[in-house]
Amino acid sequence: MLQSVLHAAGIQSARIEALWWVMFWVTTAVTLVVLALVVVAVRRGLAADAMDVTERSSLRRVAVGTVLTAVILLGLIGGSVITSRALASQRSADALMIEVTAYQWWWAVEYQHPEPEQRVRTANELHIPVGKTVAIKLLANDVIHSFWVPALHGKLDAIPGHEATLWLRADQAGVYRGQCAEYCGHQHAHMAFVVIAEPPDVFERWIQAQRQTAHAPATEQEQRGLHLVQRTACVMCHTIRGTAAGGRIAPDLTHFASRSTIGAGTRPRTREYLDQWIKDPQAIKPGNRMPTLGLSDADRSAIVAYLEQLR
Amino acid sequence: MSRAPVIELPLTDEMLSRQSRELARTWAPARGIIGFFSEVDHKRIGMRFILTALAFFVLGGVLAALMRLQLAFPENTLIGPDLYNQLFTMHGTTMMFLFAVPVMEGLGLYFTPLLVGARTIALPRLAAFGYWIFLAGGVFLYVSFLLNIGPDNGWFSYVPLAGPEFGPGKRADTWAQLITFTEVASLVGAIVTIVTIFKYRRPGMTLDRVPMFAWAELVTSFMIIFAMPAVMLASTTLILDRLVGTHFFNQAEGGDPILYQHLFWFFGHPEVYLIFLPAQGLMSTLIQAFSSRPIVGYVWLVTALVATAFMGFGLWVHHMFTVGLPQNGSSFFTAASMMIAIPSGVQIFCWIATMWTGRVRLEPPMLFALGYFVIFIIGGMTGIMVASVPVDLQLHDTYFVVAHLHYVLIGGAVFPLFGALYYWFPKMTGRMPNRRLGMISFWLLFIGFNLTFFPMHQLGMIGMPRRVYTYLPGLGWETLNLAATAGAITMAIGALTLTVNAVYALRRGEAAAANPWQASTLEWSTSSPPPPHNFSPERVIASRDPLWDDPPGQPIVVGVRSDKREVLVTRLLDAEPDHRYHSPEPSIWPFVTAMATTFMLIWSIFSPWALVWGSIPPAIAMIFWFWPRGRSIDDETHPPEKGRPQLEAATGPA
Repeated sequence: MLQSVLHAAGIQSARIEALWWVMFWVTTAVTLVVLALVVVAVRRGLAADAMDVTERSSLRRVAVGTVLTAVILLGLIGGSVITSRALASQRSADALMIEVTAYQWWWAVEYQHPEPEQRVRTANELHIPVGKTVAIKLLANDVIHSFWVPALHGKLDAIPGHEATLWLRADQAGVYRGQCAEYCGHQHAHMAFVVIAEPPDVFERWIQAQRQTAHAPATEQEQRGLHLVQRTACVMCHTIRGTAAGGRIAPDLTHFASRSTIGAGTRPRTREYLDQWIKDPQAIKPGNRMPTLGLSDADRSAIVAYLEQLR
Repeated sequence: MSRAPVIELPLTDEMLSRQSRELARTWAPARGIIGFFSEVDHKRIGMRFILTALAFFVLGGVLAALMRLQLAFPENTLIGPDLYNQLFTMHGTTMMFLFAVPVMEGLGLYFTPLLVGARTIALPRLAAFGYWIFLAGGVFLYVSFLLNIGPDNGWFSYVPLAGPEFGPGKRADTWAQLITFTEVASLVGAIVTIVTIFKYRRPGMTLDRVPMFAWAELVTSFMIIFAMPAVMLASTTLILDRLVGTHFFNQAEGGDPILYQHLFWFFGHPEVYLIFLPAQGLMSTLIQAFSSRPIVGYVWLVTALVATAFMGFGLWVHHMFTVGLPQNGSSFFTAASMMIAIPSGVQIFCWIATMWTGRVRLEPPMLFALGYFVIFIIGGMTGIMVASVPVDLQLHDTYFVVAHLHYVLIGGAVFPLFGALYYWFPKMTGRMPNRRLGMISFWLLFIGFNLTFFPMHQLGMIGMPRRVYTYLPGLGWETLNLAATAGAITMAIGALTLTVNAVYALRRGEAAAANPWQASTLEWSTSSPPPPHNFSPERVIASRDPLWDDPPGQPIVVGVRSDKREVLVTRLLDAEPDHRYHSPEPSIWPFVTAMATTFMLIWSIFSPWALVWGSIPPAIAMIFWFWPRGRSIDDETHPPEKGRPQLEAATGPA
């Protein structure tokens, strides 16, 4: 799973990548030409064999170089403006609308729907259908963040009190990593997310599954886990739809086990890491807002068992 | 206006040397501990600026090395997020505000009067005040850092992260107040430089004969005067938001965090040129000296400096392309940002033409100048990429930008600076540095620099954001980060060899002649190091490169007292003698005023009342500073009935 500008998997990133390669080759050529001129100038200067050239004829050559510079720059400006317009043309009325709210240091995701109960809430992971334009509406809960999935598009800042929309379209199915790109404090380094682009039918199945309330615990241990979740501080911050947990300041856990990472991309979601995380949330990602709950080993493993069945 | 009359006076060598001895007594630096704090000699103030800024450069470099050690391996636990965030904030703040701008200012204070042939700088007490404020600000920042209240919001301190809600404690206040210190110091330095270049030039040095570095300092000083008020607004409103609960940037109360970004970058982009333009002047100086011919396209180079200065104010939005501003406006800033490459191109082409038609000598300073071409041109090209809105959407706030900015600032400013320090070292110290060590340090710095920063282009392209204290394995970032760390170590060794060379030269270096590089500008016409009064005799200038082109036996300026600190003030355009002026004596009061101001500024972090009560001590100190003392020397020497003072430019022995 790469996070590379040079592996465009969507139309917007492909447009930018194309412009980048044009600029790369043009500027590389210019650099080589100018450095070659420097080398020749130094060699001639060392040999001192061109001292009879008048200042006037030197300046004529400087003028030619300057005009050429201006022409090349005008070309690049043109390319840049054309690409900008193309990026803006991706707007579309029937796009899939996803509202992403940036928090210190995670991402809340809400799939929009005219009927409120059909909206889907998740965190740090976006599923999108391949080939369909997606509008990502960006909000910030606290400070400025920046939403960036290089494989799909450039970045856009999420600024408190401002609303911004990023229009993108994935053209290849895949898992694309993204990361906050505006310095946002203590754990800016660990504020990642993934975008999973999948065929429309797979996406449809996923969103239907996400619309369900939380999976009911089956085993006794899982039931004890739910009981503990509802009796401890968990409910103050997290939501698990279909249970008493309704906090809104931390990631929605309703379908927690359908996601691939914990701590906003800090660790893969395995039982061991989850157990470590709940035991001491500050160990893996120091400074994050989750408190240490002081649970016993048995309680913790019950909670882990419950969370791991929230598919 | 009529020219000052040239009077034939029989000046003998014996008269000149007697005058020279008297001048040295009159302009002798102040002595003792009180004298140390009262110093107004521009060479000493400039040297203090340079040495202090270099000390901060070393500190900033140590911070950078620590960051590189932390990033050498993924998930490294050497440095935690809290310290790391302070490190990169301190590094950026140090390098921009405590190293790059002050070191250029220091070079300006030291060399501008020598380049324009003056006895001293204008307003020397103000310059002394500027130095003390700068020193106090830097010490304040580092003491705060050691007390764990070092700023940690980046060198730009964006709100709301640095605002009252999300930036508790005093860390953001420390940053904002450091900005106040450096603003005051820079503005003061700018005024001193402008007045010196406009009014203190040697007769004959018309505006079109001013040396390139002095031109660069002049243009930079005007930029400072226009750019600093914006950041003053930004830092002051930030501290008001934090201290007394104004809501300039609180969007919940009708403020706007984007306003802060506009204010900051309206200063922040010209800031880059405050560092870059003096270095362009240094480049012209080095290329001319080591190509052994007058620079090609003097007028073009000056025009390019002025054009860069104007355009530099029209680019600030390219730091904000990801904010989501309207597209048409953004395209304008793309065009402006790319077009600023044109004046840079003109300068580069003129320098190439100078080398092409000159006689090149590959001394260490020239190597640093040639290093500029490689590094700065690459940095300029990546600058063109990030100037484009679509490309910047990908590259903004990634390591690509870290690579870009170090290529333009280290290549565009630090390499010319090191070249210039090497070039002027004999003039400043009277000792020649070791050529072989100079060559070695250049290559270590050049290779180390490229090894550190070139891989960062690739790191940014494959997705590594800036300002992260660590990263996960498996993203393809490991090798490149390790290479960068190895490069940083190489650079540190290069900087060490430079230091060793300087220390060695001071102790064992051979004595420097007045003009060891056979350069053309006036600072090389006086002894190395220059006497306290800089020049005697002062010969009238007849060309742009007086040491190469002036005919022997140019008239000598007489009629200015040598038993008092009297200077000749000339007219702005043609540098014709205008009047005599008594340059201030050493005084302790600029130092006292600076300390009182420091006290007020630091206190104001804790209480708004500091501005009320704390402004009384600086006011008192300034009253003493400006207290008139007895009969003014002007009354004495220029009785009112005589009208405009008569000045003579006399011929003397060749």
